[in-house]
Amino acid sequence: MAAAPHHVGLFVTCLVDFFRPSVGFAAVKLLEEAGCTVEVPETQTCCGQPAFNSGDRGDTVAIARQVIEAFRGFDYVVAPSGSCAGMIRKHYPSLFEPGSADRAAAEELASRTYELVSFLTRICGRTAVEASVSARVTYHDSCSGLRELGIKEEPRQLLASVDGLTVVEMRDAETCCGFGGTFCVKYPDISNDMVDKKAANIEATRADMLLAGDLGCLMNMAGKLQRRGSAIEVRHVAEVLAGDLSSPAIGAAAKPSKSSNG
Amino acid sequence: MQPTSHAFKENVARAFNDANLQQALKKVPTGFVEKRALARERLPEFDALRDEGIAIKRHTLTNLDLYLEAYERKVQESGGHVHWAPTAADARQIIVDICKRRGARLVTKGKSMVSEEIGLNAALEAEGIRPVETDLGEYLIQLRGETPSHIIAPAIHLTKQQVEADFRRVHTELPPERVISEPPELVAEARAMLRQKYLDADIGITGANFLIAETGSSVIVTNEGNGDLTQSLPKVHIVITSIEKVVPTLEDVSTILRVLARSATGQEFSSYTTFSTGPRRPEDPDGPEEYHVVLLDNGRSAMLGTNFEDMLRCIRCGACLNHCPVYQAVGGHAYGWVYSGPMGAVLTPSLVGIDEAAPLPNASTFCGRCEEVCPMRIPLPKMMRHWREREFERHLTPSTVRQGLSLWAWLAARPGLYRKVTGLAARSLRLLAGRKRRLRHLPLASGWTRYRDFPAPEGKTFHELWKERRHG
Repeated sequence: MAAAPHHVGLFVTCLVDFFRPSVGFAAVKLLEEAGCTVEVPETQTCCGQPAFNSGDRGDTVAIARQVIEAFRGFDYVVAPSGSCAGMIRKHYPSLFEPGSADRAAAEELASRTYELVSFLTRICGRTAVEASVSARVTYHDSCSGLRELGIKEEPRQLLASVDGLTVVEMRDAETCCGFGGTFCVKYPDISNDMVDKKAANIEATRADMLLAGDLGCLMNMAGKLQRRGSAIEVRHVAEVLAGDLSSPAIGAAAKPSKSSNG
Repeated sequence: MQPTSHAFKENVARAFNDANLQQALKKVPTGFVEKRALARERLPEFDALRDEGIAIKRHTLTNLDLYLEAYERKVQESGGHVHWAPTAADARQIIVDICKRRGARLVTKGKSMVSEEIGLNAALEAEGIRPVETDLGEYLIQLRGETPSHIIAPAIHLTKQQVEADFRRVHTELPPERVISEPPELVAEARAMLRQKYLDADIGITGANFLIAETGSSVIVTNEGNGDLTQSLPKVHIVITSIEKVVPTLEDVSTILRVLARSATGQEFSSYTTFSTGPRRPEDPDGPEEYHVVLLDNGRSAMLGTNFEDMLRCIRCGACLNHCPVYQAVGGHAYGWVYSGPMGAVLTPSLVGIDEAAPLPNASTFCGRCEEVCPMRIPLPKMMRHWREREFERHLTPSTVRQGLSLWAWLAARPGLYRKVTGLAARSLRLLAGRKRRLRHLPLASGWTRYRDFPAPEGKTFHELWKERRHG
């Protein structure tokens, strides 16, 4: 164990903040269980990907500066998203001129920014979690986490330690779900083709729960599974690792049998 | 070839309504993706070879002028001719002139995407010269008056039933009762139809996968052997290719060939790898009397030293098309020009202009699979983003998107106000969704709700709840 606990700034992500706070609280629980102290800087909003991927460099730079400021002084910045963590780690430095003070600050932030699950395993050294969830789950590898950050075994390793849980692999787990940020509304027909194939692969596993590490992908897949009439629950992997399923699954009505404060 | 890349959306709609295309596209994941994965697995040094290949290409592009001049000298020494074609029109003219000088009536052709790029067949036909495509895929699309839908499998958009129907329509001299329902029968029929053409042709035209500066050779890789017959039987062989195909040495070609077929079709090597160096020498048993190489620029040299230089490393294996979920959904014709998939989304704007090709770099989720499988590790998503930046700078991005973005960015830069607006919006959507907690229709988000339900927010935002729970 390190002498002092890691001082972590939680990058909530705009989607978790807006759609699914329970993911944020699950992340806090996991980080605190791993011995970290967690703070949530108030001046954070979004990582800037919508602007970055639309070619709007000016707005991206402005937002990146705000994030760099908001997270000064933390040992680590952790996001429950491979996509937003990838944006900060892999793309922020490229926004600024080499040799500039901004570039140095962006590189410094990038070097201490992590996606949640890989932070727990790589930095906190976690190999197991204290959670019990009785379910047969399948895991979708979101593209940014997988290809920008190399996250593949980490979620599976921690999920294997959840009491009562079985992981079944779907076909083409590494194939994009078709979300792609604004792509899904700019090219709805293509996006639909992709998420429809993904949903078929998920259903074929006969899993009762779908997990992933990025809320955008999860909402896309949940929305499609529900439109197809599937009853598979869709949740962020952090909820299961934290052992907290008190919120109804994404896009699902509260179960009448369970009490809910929703 | 006239691009229709600007009409990408319409092309996509047509692709989804084409049942034959959708049926044909099912071949892509099993035919290419799985085979490449196996080929890679069987060669432990695959990734090391990729890096060697990249170093070769980088070095060559940095010294492109020197290697092209060295190549030209070697071709001349071997008795061949090199023609420099700055534009597609120049290339067409050079080839038409050679054909006219030789009095050519019939020209056989191996597969060449550069030939498609410059629209060579139409230019030959306009001069009364008949081009006959000898690659099976190219033969099929020529029969149909179509353009290639894949850079290595030009007719991948067709089902075998369509091919049978085309053959029955065109090969009217053959007995109508013949059985040609399966690929081997179709291939045999095409071969029989082409055999005499090889012998009758006045000129053979091929592309080139590589040019070798050290020897002045051009290299083609094929699986049908049609390229060999095309280039060695007629009296004149014309190679039409582009300037970035040159590499320094034979050894360099050997290195890159080891990743080319594996990336393309999952083969260790293509069935035929053919090196051509100059015309027939006195002691050679066969070969052409004249050997010409037409080197096309057409916008490529302008990519050197820019954000798009890495694209010139491309060895045209097609792996990025095969692995792209967008390509797998809509096929190559939707991209509206010769080059499709991720490599087309980057290269087409460079060659035909971003105004014409504006939609292509946007038609990607940035899933990154193309870059992952590219043997030359070309950062395709990054370059698509560079194109999006050019579009944004030049106000080619739709104004509704621009306005939405700037409003959102303005708000994101004001965290206090952002919290109030998002808090209100989250609660409103939660109320709107009611107990089902999801919406089947949502104004302004019909692109989403046409195909999926829209999950409602939980209610309060994380920041609101965090304040309540942690700070009372």
